[in-house]
Amino acid sequence: MGRITLKQVQKKFGDVEVIPPLDLEIKDGEFVVFVGPSGCGKSTLLRLIAGLEDTTSGNIEIDDEDATGLPPAKRGLAMVFQSYALYPHMSVRKNIAFPMRMAKIPKEEQDRKIEAAAKALNLTDYLDRKPGQLSGGQRQRVAIGRAIVREPAAFLFDEPLSNLDAALRVGMRLEISELHKRLDTTMVYVTHDQVEAMTMADKIVVLQAGVIEQVGSPLDLYRAPKNKFVAGFIGSPKMNLIEGAAASKHNTHTIGIRPEHIEVSTKSGDWKGTVGVSEHLGSDTFLHVNVDGFAEPITVRISGDIELKYGDSIYLTPIAEQLHKFDDQGQRV
Amino acid sequence: MARAVSNKTKIINTVVGGTIGFLIFFPILWIFIVSFKTEEDAIRAPMEVLFSSGWTLDSFAAVQARADYLKHFFNSVIISVGSTLLGLVIAIPAAWSMAFVPTKNTKNVLMWMLSTKMLPPVGVLIPIYLLFRDLGILDSRIGLTIVLMLINLPIIIWMLYTYFKEIPSEILEAARMDGANLREEVLYVLTPMAVPGIASTVLLSIILAWNESFWTIILTSAKAAPLTAFINSFSSPEGLFYAKLSAASIMAIAPILIMGWFSQKQLVRGLTFGAVK
Repeated sequence: MGRITLKQVQKKFGDVEVIPPLDLEIKDGEFVVFVGPSGCGKSTLLRLIAGLEDTTSGNIEIDDEDATGLPPAKRGLAMVFQSYALYPHMSVRKNIAFPMRMAKIPKEEQDRKIEAAAKALNLTDYLDRKPGQLSGGQRQRVAIGRAIVREPAAFLFDEPLSNLDAALRVGMRLEISELHKRLDTTMVYVTHDQVEAMTMADKIVVLQAGVIEQVGSPLDLYRAPKNKFVAGFIGSPKMNLIEGAAASKHNTHTIGIRPEHIEVSTKSGDWKGTVGVSEHLGSDTFLHVNVDGFAEPITVRISGDIELKYGDSIYLTPIAEQLHKFDDQGQRV
Repeated sequence: MARAVSNKTKIINTVVGGTIGFLIFFPILWIFIVSFKTEEDAIRAPMEVLFSSGWTLDSFAAVQARADYLKHFFNSVIISVGSTLLGLVIAIPAAWSMAFVPTKNTKNVLMWMLSTKMLPPVGVLIPIYLLFRDLGILDSRIGLTIVLMLINLPIIIWMLYTYFKEIPSEILEAARMDGANLREEVLYVLTPMAVPGIASTVLLSIILAWNESFWTIILTSAKAAPLTAFINSFSSPEGLFYAKLSAASIMAIAPILIMGWFSQKQLVRGLTFGAVK
């Protein structure tokens, strides 16, 4: 079981309130991602759950039992750190065995679990090496192995992939998702990368300045962002947010339209503009279009087959059903 | 590209460095030579001392006949190793708490500890002497061990503190998440990771304690006297006997010199630990 409930949890460092009182419910077996820009308090929130930081007020319950005052060791959670935090003086085998050694699990059972974890994580050949002799991806797998053998109520991941190169990150992302499906254990995952959040999460928690802006499934957040911040944060490339005359036409303060929800024509459309920089990804092209009367360029996602050059005039038409409207407070209308 | 150094510069640097090194080492070389001379040769003019032909072990024999070298040697070993180990037991938890759970007064505490090293020892001579007398630990190994431990404690704590600061706190947090309690965290994770630092701290502390002469001479007479007091006993009121004094000095410094020689790699590594990542 791994049900985590935060009740009015607040964290202050001195006089600075990093996390104003917040409530959050994480269901058993759920993959929850905390996402937000750096400094938004997502890592602090994770460390509060882990017990590495003390709450200033409020309660943290794990499986309906109050864990607020429990030390990290007693919470039954496992954590994977950004820096992997492997013990450099121990071999891979000893690193993975460490939590079991602390729990005084019999040697034979330890060995059995180490073998199983090493096999699942492709580490069998590296068991006798020291962490310093491993690549970044292998170290990350050792850190995960060390977490698995504890059989925790929940896994906590603190930006585990940000030290890996892009190709490895995609691979590890899949491995972690697969691990979640296989173990069916609660996972709480912190990242600043909204792509990781979208691809992995059952539930995304978007944070800004310690405040939960929105909680929902990836598609909920994509389709119906509650406010301008979530609208701009979720989705890649970012949603275009337009104020002024174009928004007034829709009787609102700000309109938002995703790059993939704009139709392009060389003959006619709602907005007239000129093509700026285009980013070619092969399958898709991102056009940055300077529209007459708009303060900022509009990003448009078009098929990679369409050929448009710098300086070409084009017409853009937002798909009406996909238009998001926000009031002057930035809230969804 | 590395900076180009001409051969001429290299030669000049080598000669200058070698000369300075030789000048610094010269007194020890002098003592070494004189210790193998007779007393008559030892008081001659320097050049004559160097080139006089007589070499003898008489001085060593005389020194050993007058004082039991081994007794003083074991006193030195017990006092310097004992004070170092006792110091570690106190310093590891102290350095841990200051490195990993700092408060806004941590820097002040560290400075305060260091400031005790700025005090001239003679300033506290009388209270310490009286304390020792009343506690009945004058001329005892345990008394000297305690006083040397206290003298070196600020340096041990400072050194360990700087080594511990280099250890990423995430690793200790990982240990906590893995179910380690404080004792296990310090014993299984922190200490093994800090071994290079701890080793050089131990070496430095042993050397400092071995060479400490102010307190060892004042607080001991016969029973607990270490090698520093042993050398001192040869500068007698009847006059200076250079050859015997040199022989005693050589016998006293040889063990620590040899230990220092073999451990210099470790010492340098520890002292520059963390300087280059």
